Parts: sequence; C-alpha cells; structure tokens
Amino acid sequence: MKFIVATIKPFLLEDVREALVGIGIRGIMVTEIKGFGAQSGHTEIYRGAEYTVNYVPKMKLEIAAPDDMVDQIVSTITTSARTGKIGDGKVFVLDLQQAVRVRTGETGDDAL
Amino acid sequence: MTNLKSFALAGALVALPSLGLAQDAAGPSSAEFVWIMNTLLFLIGGFLVFFMAAGFAMLEGGLVRSKNVTMQMTKNIALFSLATLAYWAFGYNLMYPLGTWSVEGVLSGVFGPGVLEAVGVDLAGADDGEYASTGSDFFFQLMFCAATASIVSGALAERIKLWPFLIFVVILTGIIYPLQASWKWGGGFLDEAGFLDFAGSTVVHSVGGWAALTGAIILGPRLGKYKDGRVNPMPGSNLALATLGVFILWLGWFGFNGGSQLAMGTVGDIADVSRIFVNTNAAAAAGAIAALLLTQLLYKKPDLTMVLNGALAGLVSITAEPLTPSIGMATLIGAVGGIIVVITIPLLDKLKIDDVVGAIPVHLFAGIWGTIAVVLTNTDANLFTQLYSIVVVGAFTVVASAVVWFILKMTMGIRVSKEAEITGLDVAELGMEAYPEFAKG
Repeated sequence: MKFIVATIKPFLLEDVREALVGIGIRGIMVTEIKGFGAQSGHTEIYRGAEYTVNYVPKMKLEIAAPDDMVDQIVSTITTSARTGKIGDGKVFVLDLQQAVRVRTGETGDDAL
Repeated sequence: MTNLKSFALAGALVALPSLGLAQDAAGPSSAEFVWIMNTLLFLIGGFLVFFMAAGFAMLEGGLVRSKNVTMQMTKNIALFSLATLAYWAFGYNLMYPLGTWSVEGVLSGVFGPGVLEAVGVDLAGADDGEYASTGSDFFFQLMFCAATASIVSGALAERIKLWPFLIFVVILTGIIYPLQASWKWGGGFLDEAGFLDFAGSTVVHSVGGWAALTGAIILGPRLGKYKDGRVNPMPGSNLALATLGVFILWLGWFGFNGGSQLAMGTVGDIADVSRIFVNTNAAAAAGAIAALLLTQLLYKKPDLTMVLNGALAGLVSITAEPLTPSIGMATLIGAVGGIIVVITIPLLDKLKIDDVVGAIPVHLFAGIWGTIAVVLTNTDANLFTQLYSIVVVGAFTVVASAVVWFILKMTMGIRVSKEAEITGLDVAELGMEAYPEFAKG
C-alpha cells in the first residue's frame, strides 16, 4: 500500500476529484494549506503601505492506495492539475505500513 | 317653524369659522405652522444623525481585525449612550446658555441638566415660540455631540483600554465639545467675530479629529505597525461592513447638514434644505471619485478603504457650508476633500501616528479644508476669521484632550498590555469573541 500526498492549485480541486473518481478512487482527504515554493508570495498595498504576502493558498490531497493503482493515480493527478505555470504543485508517494477500516475491522488492501 | 329653526341653525354653523375659532377648525396659525415644521426638521434630522452611530460602528468594525471587533462594538454603543447622558446632565446648558454667561461669550452661566417643556405645551407656553420645541432642539444637538465622540473611537482602536476611553468620552461630550460649541452655536465670541460653520466642519469634525490626533500620539501606535522604517498594514476584517457603514453615514449626513438649516416652515427654508441635501450628496460622491481616481493613479489599483474615506471627507468638507455653493462648487469642494485624505493617510504613517480608520484625515484635515472653503461661496465669511476660529478651537481641544489623556495615562493607564493587544481585545479584555465559530483556540 502507498500513501499519496499531493499539493495542487485550489481552483483545480474539482477537476482533480472528477478525474480520480473516474479511475475508481472512492476516497480522498482534502486540507486547505498555505505554503511557498518556487512560486513565492506577492506584494499587496493597503492604504498606501506595501506588504509582502509570503504564502500562497494550496489544496493538499491525501489518498491511500493499493500498489497497483499508484502509477495511475499519480499520472491522473499530474495531468488534471497541470496548468504549465509556476505553482502547479507536487505529488509525493510514501510507503503505507497499515490501513484499518473502522467500521468492520478489515485491514490491508481490503481497508482501502 | 321647524324649518326656520333648522335654517337658523345651519346659518349659525356656517358662520362658526369666522367666530375666531378659525385655528382649531381650519388648522394651525402660520406661527404654529413654522414652529411645527422647524420641530419636525429637528426630529427627522435628529434620528438620521442618530443612525450615523450605526454607520461609525459598522465602518470601524469592518476596518479593525476580527480579534478586536467585539471591543469596537462595545466602545461604539457605550460612547453613544454616555454622550446621551453627559449631554443631558451637563453639556446642553453649557453649550446653550441663551444669553446667561458667567464669562461673557466664553463660559455659560447655566449649569445642570437639560429640562424639557411641559407635556402638551402650546405656542404661548413654549420656551421659544419662534423656533422649535426644546425637546427637538435638545435631541438634534445631542446627536451632534455623540457624533464627535464617535470620531475618536476609530482612530484609537485595537490598543486602548475600554474604561479610560469611556471616561474620556464623558469629559469630551459633557465639557470639551459643548464648551467650544458654545463659542459658535451658543452665541459666544466666535459667533460674534463672524465665524461661519453651518453644520460643524470645525465645531464637530475637527474637534473629534483633534481629540483623536492627541489621543493617537499619546497612546502610541499598534505593536508591529511601524518596524525598522517599514509600515506594516493590518487589513480590516470585513470591508462589506465598512462599506455599509459609509453608506449609513452618508444617509445620516442629510440629517446632519439638512437639519442645520434650523428652519423648515417657509418656502425659502425648505428649499434651502433641499439645496443642502443635493450639495451634501454631490460632495460625498466627488470625494469618493477623487479617491478612486487618485488611488488608481498612485497605486495602480483603487483602494476601497480610501474610496470610503474619500466619500466621508467629501461630506466633512461640505459640512461648513452646504447651502450657498452651486452643485458644481459642492462637487469641487468634496473632491478636494477626497484628495486630502488619499495624500494624508500615508503621511500620518510616515509620522508614525497610527490612525486605524483614517479618522484624522477625514475629520480633522478635511474639516479644516471645509471651514476654509466657506469663503469660496459665502460672502459673509472672511478667511482670517475662519482661520482664527480653526486655531482657537484646535488649540483648546488639543490642550483639553491632552490634559485628560495624560491624567488617564498617569492614573489608570490607557493602553492594554502587550499580551492583550496581541491576543486581541475581545478575548483579553471582554472574554467574548466576535466570530467564535472561526476561532483558532
């Protein structure tokens, strides 16, 4: 099992969700985050005073997936979340040691 | 015989109106009519100016950060209520000695609470049968006094302690405001000198502005506002509320300026009130547009908060003389007000004077401009007298305010602790958040 963490631009959330549901994913966790990377912040001006906003809002997606689906999920996310401009985000794949379904107690791939 | 009797009765009834009962049967006398209309103007103008308290509250609430909104609301409703009390208890008679001076033209000789006329008074029994009811006069003037106090609360937001602020308000509304107002509207020495201030660019707005400026300097800026030569903005929490506040203030200003005609019982007077409404509106719009254009020019983007301030500055600018200008002149006068605030807001920041809502540029600087602008359209005004009065009122208000602020600072302290300021006044001082569902804790 693998745990996939992805950061994407917030306005593409629905596109990414639809694409993932389309390949058979039935669960995603979404968190609103802020951060910076190559796309560093920007300047605003309030009542004549300039200030730098260092963080940019992003969406973080977390998906637990069986090994045979990982490549497909990664490519689906990268395709649907790409705009070609700085700040498109990143996808990380982590090893997932265990998964348990709370309702039934199933473990492993049966829990995903 | 019966027919003759009924004819006689009918004849008598027809003749009745000419028997001197004309007033009751046909309506008020012309003197009564004038008195009634004047009183009506004060009542309507009065509750319009009252609603400016809501305007101030929404404007300030929208421009402070979420963690300080409850405190700002508390200050606004408390200051208004205290102004009501202080003006009744002491201020009204201090402002309108009606000729009974203890120091001629300077200090009223009437001390004590205001008293209304008897219930169901008639014109003969009225305090002033040629003016309006005392109740309406008191009500109307009270609202102006409260407005002055509202000006101060915005500038000093986000770091002042509640109770010292409210004590200052009591003294401002019970003594400082009424005393200087007596010099002009109470028939005192400024009035004698020929000073003209129709609805209070100096008497109300600059007084609020001077008190705010003095307070802001003595209180000091918010923590982190000015660091290493940089100005750190602290954006407001709700610009929709701020905008609503400005529209409400704009509406109230029709009562503020219109009511200051002080008469509505003749064709000329009510026509004048209509002129005042039109000019007031024109100046506000001009101030907003001037700010819109200037901020676009200077910052490549319009700044909504400055556009809001611009509209208010336009209103303050026209307040000293909303009657005599043509619509075009009123527009020009308002536009200059808008320009003044866009330029002076960053200027105050350069001087490290932290005015959270722009009250000082709007009410003090535009108030001074408005007072000077009277000479442009009113030939009874002269520049020297206008300037002299600005200086007199300014000096008095600054000194009186400074004394009060210093005493408060020495005795109870006027600034909250660093921890309270950073946590937010709502939680630290009041234990009540404005937006608890969005709380971080």
